[in-house]
Order: sequence, then structure tokens, then C-alpha cells
Amino acid sequence: MGDLKLPGIDYGALLPMLILFGAACVGILIEVFAPRRSRNVIQLSFAFLAVAASFVAVVAQHNTRKITIGGAVAVDGPTLFLQGSILALGAVSLMLIGERSIERGGPFVSQAAITVGSQKDLKQAGDQPGATEVYPLTLFALGGMLLFVAANDLLTMFVALEVFSLPLYLLCALARRRRLLSQEAALKYFLLGSYASAFFLFGVALIYGFSGGIALSQVHAAVADPQRSQVLLYGGLALIAIGLLFKAALAPFHVWTPDVYQGAPTPITALMAACTKVAAFGALLRILYVAFDGVQWDFQPVLGTIAVLTMLVGAVLAITQTDMKRLLAYSSIANAGYLLVGVLALNEEGLSSTMFYLVAYGFSVLAAFGIVTLVRDADGEATHLARWAGLGRKSPLVAAAFTFILLAFAGIPLTSGFTAKFAVFGAAIEGGQTWLVVFGVVTSMLLAFPYLRVVVLLWLSEPNESTPTVSIPGFLTSAALVIGVVATFALGVVPAPLIDLTRDAAQFVR
Amino acid sequence: MTDFPFLSILTLLPLVGAVVVALIPKQKAELAKTIAFGWSLVVLVLSIVMWIAFQAGGDRFQFRESYAWIPSWDARFTFAADGIALVMLMLIAILFPVVILASWHDVEKSNRSAPIYFSLLLAFEFTMIGVFAAADVFLFYVFFEIMLIPMYFIIGSFGGPRRQYAAVKFFLYSLVGGLFMLAAVIGLWVVGGKTFDFGNLAQAAGSIDQNTARWLFLGFFVAFAIKAPFFPFHTWLPDAGGAAPAGAAALLVGVMDKVGTFGILRYCLSLFPEASRWFAPAALVLGVIGIIYAALLAVGQNDLKRLVSYTSIAHFGFIGIGIFAFTTQAGTGAVLYMVNHGLATGLLFIVVGMFIARRGSSLISDFGGAGKLVPVLAGVFFSAGLASLALPGTAPFISEFLVLIGTFTVHPAYAVVATAGIILAAAYVLWMVQRTTQGELNPALTEVPEMRKDITLREKVVVAPLVLLIILLGFYPKPVTDVINPAVEATMQDVGVQDPGPTAVVANERVAR
Repeated sequence: MGDLKLPGIDYGALLPMLILFGAACVGILIEVFAPRRSRNVIQLSFAFLAVAASFVAVVAQHNTRKITIGGAVAVDGPTLFLQGSILALGAVSLMLIGERSIERGGPFVSQAAITVGSQKDLKQAGDQPGATEVYPLTLFALGGMLLFVAANDLLTMFVALEVFSLPLYLLCALARRRRLLSQEAALKYFLLGSYASAFFLFGVALIYGFSGGIALSQVHAAVADPQRSQVLLYGGLALIAIGLLFKAALAPFHVWTPDVYQGAPTPITALMAACTKVAAFGALLRILYVAFDGVQWDFQPVLGTIAVLTMLVGAVLAITQTDMKRLLAYSSIANAGYLLVGVLALNEEGLSSTMFYLVAYGFSVLAAFGIVTLVRDADGEATHLARWAGLGRKSPLVAAAFTFILLAFAGIPLTSGFTAKFAVFGAAIEGGQTWLVVFGVVTSMLLAFPYLRVVVLLWLSEPNESTPTVSIPGFLTSAALVIGVVATFALGVVPAPLIDLTRDAAQFVR
Repeated sequence: MTDFPFLSILTLLPLVGAVVVALIPKQKAELAKTIAFGWSLVVLVLSIVMWIAFQAGGDRFQFRESYAWIPSWDARFTFAADGIALVMLMLIAILFPVVILASWHDVEKSNRSAPIYFSLLLAFEFTMIGVFAAADVFLFYVFFEIMLIPMYFIIGSFGGPRRQYAAVKFFLYSLVGGLFMLAAVIGLWVVGGKTFDFGNLAQAAGSIDQNTARWLFLGFFVAFAIKAPFFPFHTWLPDAGGAAPAGAAALLVGVMDKVGTFGILRYCLSLFPEASRWFAPAALVLGVIGIIYAALLAVGQNDLKRLVSYTSIAHFGFIGIGIFAFTTQAGTGAVLYMVNHGLATGLLFIVVGMFIARRGSSLISDFGGAGKLVPVLAGVFFSAGLASLALPGTAPFISEFLVLIGTFTVHPAYAVVATAGIILAAAYVLWMVQRTTQGELNPALTEVPEMRKDITLREKVVVAPLVLLIILLGFYPKPVTDVINPAVEATMQDVGVQDPGPTAVVANERVAR
């Protein structure tokens, strides 16, 4: 048995993930031992501390380029950049999640079975400042995402997928308002997500049969060998892709998105729209660029068609929406299409521009959902579009911020939305995918319409009695909004530092 | 003196002004107006200084400044002005104070905030100066898109009854054009060697594959044709012009639409010379159709602002054929037309605005015999109309004539058809004047107390500079043509066409002097 050796483990390289997973476990203990009154403050500050420490660990090893624990994890430029992005976006999401001053008891409820508005419900809201188990759950999800973008073999990737998905399923079900919708969303997300995971796992099995290994480098080597079974290769790639496309909300695997985005508590929607997108595209980039780049001529047209379909579906259906959260959900689907355009450039520009887009979009979408949490009436968030009419007169500052974010989504210059779109389209033309850019431009025109309609509602319509009030944001939400809006502006006006960062990071290790 | 960073200061100045004015509380409307007016005067003074510093016979691009922006894309804050840009900047600098003064009481009728209105006007001036001063394609595109935002809110928040529809239509049309251009800009960047600098791109232009260049040309051209607007991309303008406040409408057609024709001259022609020649017949046909079609529609309008908007579309047809005739006189005529049209149509819109402000309606049928109540204003209206129909002695005549003779030397048929547009112009202008101010007094007018007030001192100050310039440039256009000519010649050189025969040059000399 002398030849069985432990693989070398570089703990430094794994530190960001270890910190988050460790902190999540400690968070559970805090949940058990900390007194109920002070639990929220302790958990929230502890979660922030963990994310910050993890971020520091990422920054500290910005020059690390290595594969560790027996080839399971690759720490390279894209990994570190994406991990840093997930942590930064995660920290802003935590601000929205930790907000307790907008609504009594916060946006989460721990005992969802209690009738809304009943004595018991009020007592519960008063007794405990919201469900504090959301913090360890969020940390688990973030930790899983960090592992997901770093995974260098297919099984690790699958494990990471489950680690970050399961907490999200739970978090979706915890909305204080509109509980049935929230629980329905969670169930849908869970069921469809399980199917997607099963597809992914089946694909992994086929690829294992094809290449005799699960490490991405082995797959890469096997793809170059024409003697092997093409059925297994394409079958496996297709099934793995389905799993990833589902998480990234690309058509035709997007149907869960509007329901889940609408039903989930809005801070969790923000977390999913920002961080899950980064994680899903991070993994997709690694799979396509590292493992399957040998068959790019085969998957490029297929995924290109998916990108076009996604952009069209997102843009066209966004036009018909009457609910703000669903509108943003379809807009996020369309944006996933633009991201896929960047991915399909399949060159270094494609990699760096996609990473830039992920960060730029993440901050904007966090700010957008942050504002959705503020526009409320007696029944909680007022998400029907008609209710937003005339908001610009009643709360000019919030409406101005939202308008700015919408302009960013529409890709108007001096916002991050423009620079990001410019980057991915430029990369795609360079990669010979001009047709995708043409569709990207056409769908951008379509998408401008729903955004503009909201701007018209905000500013040009007269306010009426049903225009909801805008809650005064607590410190945390204000901070999240300011960060989101400032990042959207800064990345539009001075994008150079981040672009350089993504360019330096745009090299996978194999 | 030429080392002074004119263009960047000129661009940023109105932006600072816009922020300052926006911060003034709603109650202090007078203060906001005064500051906005003063600020635009400072811009005017600086522009005059720049005009004097410009050397007409010197380099094509002067006042060049360049600052790093996004190094990895080679996008820079590069400003430079040729003669064409210079006259447009001057036009902007003249029109903005005039419009601000003309819009003095526009906001008071609604409950909207006056500081915001004047702040938006200054923000619009910022984007306008930026778009003409930019010599970096990326920077140009940025200004090209963001100029929609202030105008959108001006139309949408301060416009007439159909303002929401008009604002959205305006924004969507322009955005659609802008996105076509975005695709072309990216494509140009990739095939042009990953640079946005206009000079470098113009040099690389010859090496672009012919087919690619045509597609890229089309991307730019559609954006500019929507902006200008040329037939058949024009349908947004009557709505936007009809719904916008009169002052803003003057800026909309007087300045903003020139971005389209300016863009064609600067970017389409110089960067894609072969494609420009290839598409020229189609563009000429569109221009001629535009002249006749828009003039016919203008004849049938019953809304003053919509009517003036349609006349603009007809005028843009002239500018279009002037550009695509590819002769120096026609080109010079087109640029001169851009200036003169800004003055004449700007004046016409402003005077129309004065009528509308008095009557509370923009429908021609609500007027009739107004000249009996407000004789001086009606006189100004008549002279603005005459300038608009290019009566000899007014500035637009020279430009229209230059365009027509310049076109006639190469495309006689188009020139002949376009000349019919002059007759139609006389029809729509004179009929409009007749139905509004001449004839029997509409009894309903006497019941409107404001209609008894003739032109006020403020309004005289507003129209005087424009009337003076129109007459001055009508008799002595040399200062302007001297600046324009070298730039147009350089552009024609880029396109690679030469003027046919020396007779045309002689004619050009005769007219220019």
C-alpha cells in the first residue's frame, strides 16, 4: 500500500473557500448559542468579516497560478478574478439581506407556516429580527460558488454546484410577504435545479466513459484524440452544458427564472442575479475554454443559436411584462445571452470581456433589486409596473438612481452597461462571430423599449393614489445602492483599471 | 493662442453650468435662468475667441487635444475641429443663449421646475459641443448617444400634449440608429487596427475590405440618416418637433439634426470613400424624394410646429444631395446650408413659439389675421419664413444655390427635380404666413388678451441677432465659406473625387465672393 500517497494540498490557495465554509459552520453554532436579541447583529457582522477575510485571501494570492489537491482545484487568473467578483458582489448582497429597518422583522421569515398578519406573526416579527439562518446559508452558497469557478475536475464542479444550489433553494422559500409565491418559487427552482444537476451528472458520467478521467486536462487531451467515441463526447458535452445553461438561465432552460426571481425574497433575487450568474458563467468558461476547446467548431454554432434565442426571448418577453421583478428577470435572461456572446468569442478577449461584463452587470442588477425593495405599500413591495407611475415626483432621488440603472441596462454610454456590451461585442467580432453581434444589437433595440417604458412611468406619468411610498432606506440598503450606482457609473467612465485587471487575469491553467 | 485647450474647456463648461443650475432650488427660478443665460454667453464669447484663433488656411484639424481614457481599447479624449466642426460649434454657441432667452417663460405655465429645464438645456449644449468637437470615434459615439437623454427629458417633461409618445418615439428611433452605429463602430475598430483615433482610422480606411466597408458604411449611414433625418427615417421628427417646447424644437432641428449630416461628412465619407461612392446614387435619390415629399406634407399641415419640422426634412434633403454630389461647391453649399438652416429654422421655430405662447395653441386654424393684432411679430414671422424659403438676399439662398449648381454639374436630373422643391417651399411658407397672420381677423383671437401684446423687448433681443446674421450672411458669406472650403476640399480628397471641369470653379468663385 506504499504507493497510495496523499495529494499535495496548498492551503493558501484554498484559503478563500476554507474561510467561507468555516465561517458558515461557525455561523450555525452562533445560531445555536447566541441570544436571540443580539443574534442578527452578531451573524451579520460575522458574515461580513468572513467575506472580507476571504476577499483579502483572494487578493493576497493574486499571483498564484497552480493546480492543487490532486488536480481538483485550479487557482489561476480567471478563478481569482471571479472569486473576487463573487465576494464583492456577495458583500453587497449581504447588505440587502441584512437590512432589517425597512420592514418589521426583515424580508425573511423563519416560521413560514404562521398566517401573515396574525397575532403570532406580529409577535414573531417583533421577537426576533428576522430569520438569522440566512447568513450561514448565504455563506455556504458563496463558498460553493467560489469552489464552482475554481473546480478543475467535473466531479468537484458537480459537488460545488450542489453546495451553492441547495442553500439558494432554501433561501428562496423564506420571503415574509407573499409566502405562497415564495414557496412555489423555491419548489420550482429545487425541482428544475435537481433535474439540471442530474443532467450534469449524467454528462459527467458520459465524459468519464469518453476520456477515462474527470480532470479537465484529461478531457482536453481526449478531445484531441479522434479515435474515441464521438457519441459519448457530444452526448456528454450536451448534458453538461444543459446543467450549466440552466444555472446561467439561458434559453430554452430559462423558464424557471421569472417565477423564481419574482417569488424569492428580493435580496435573494439580487444575490442570484449577481453572484449565481458569475459562478455559472465562470464554470461555463472553464468547461468550454479548458476542456472542450478542441471541438469549438462543433459547439460554437449550437451555443450561438442558444445565445440568439436567449437574447430574443429575454428581450421580447421583457416587453410584455407588467411586474417589475419579472421584467428584471427577463432582462437578466437577455443579459445572459450577451454574456454568452462574449463567451463564444473563444479568445482571450472573450474571456476578459465576459468577466468584465459579469462584474459590471452584477453591480447594476444589485442596485436595481435594491431599489425594488424600497418601493413599498402596506402589502410589502409594490412590484406591479402601474404602481410605479409618477414615482419621479414623489421620490426623485430613488427614481433618478433607478433611471440611471435602466439606462445602463439599455447600454447608454457613460454607464457600465455600455462599456461591458462594447467589450463583449468587440471580442465576438474579433472571434469571427459577427452574426451574434448583429442579433445582440437588434435585441438591444428591442430591450430598450421596456426600459424606456419604465422611465416614462417614473418621470412622465402623473402620480396617483396608488403610487406607493418609497421607504427610507436603512444604512445597509443605502450603502448597497450607492455602491451599485457608483460602480455602474465608474465602470462606464473609467473602465480602464478593471479592463486591465481582467486582461491580466485572462489565462486559464490547464 | 492655438495651444489653449479651447475644445475641452468649451465642452466641459456647459456641463459644469448644468450641474450648477440644477442645484438651484425650484423657488429661485429667476436666478437659475440668469445663470444659465450668463453661462451660455460665456460659451459664446469663448467660441468667438476660438473662431478668431482658427487659421482658415492652416491645418485641416486644429486645436487638437488628446488625453488617455481607456488605453486597452485605445479610446482617448481626443478633440479637434476642422472648418466644418468650427462653424457648427459657432452655430451652437449662438443658438443656445438665444433659445435660453426665448424660453424664459416657457416653464412657468406648467408646475415643473425651471432650474431643471435650464439645466437640461445646458446639459444638451454640453453633448452638442462634445459631439462636434470629438475626433475620436469612441468619444463621438458616446456623445452621439448621451445627447438623447437631456432632449428626451426636455420633450417628455416640458413638451406639449403628446409629449410622452413623442419623447419615446424620438428616443427609440435615435437609439435604434445608434445601435446600428455601435455595431459598425466595433467592426471598424476591429478591422481598422484597434484604434479609435480619427486620423489613424482615416489612414487605415483604404485597407478595409470592400464588402466590409460597405456594411460598416451602412451602419453609420443609417444612424446618421435617422438623426438628420432623411426620408424614409424621418417620421420621428414631426412628432418630436411638434411636441417639444418651441425653443427646444429650434435646437432639435437647428443643431441636433446637423449631427447626422455632419457625421456623414466626417465619418461616412472620409472613412469609407469607396462605399460612399457606391451608395451615393441611393443617397441622392433619398435626398430628392425627401425634398419633394416633405415639402408636400408641409403644405398640408395644420400645426405650426409640425409644419416647420416638415420644412426641415425638405431642407435636409438639399443638404443630403449637396453632400453626395461630391463636388466642392455642393459640399460647401451643404455645410453652409447646415449653418443657415440652423439660423433660419431656429428663428422660425422661435417666432412660432412666440405665437403659440400668446395663443395657447399651435394650430394654424386657431389663428388668422393675427398681423392686425401683433404687426411687428407678424413681420418677423414673415421674414423668418422668407429666409426659410431661401429668398435671395437671405443666407439660405446662397447655400441652396451652391448646392443646386454644384449638383447640376454632375447630376443635372437631380438638380432639376430638387429645384421644384424651391417652388413648393414658397408654397408652404407663404400659405402658412397667409393663413396665420394675413386675411380677415379670426374673432377668437381678440378674446385672447395675450394676443394684443406685440413683440416685447426680450423677444426683440432674441430675434435680432438671428435676423441680422441671416441678412449679413446673405450678402457676405465669405467669412464662413473661407473656413468651410478647405475642410470640404479635404473631405472630397478623402472620397477621391475631383470637381468636373474648371467652369464650375469659376462659378464657385463668383458666388462665394
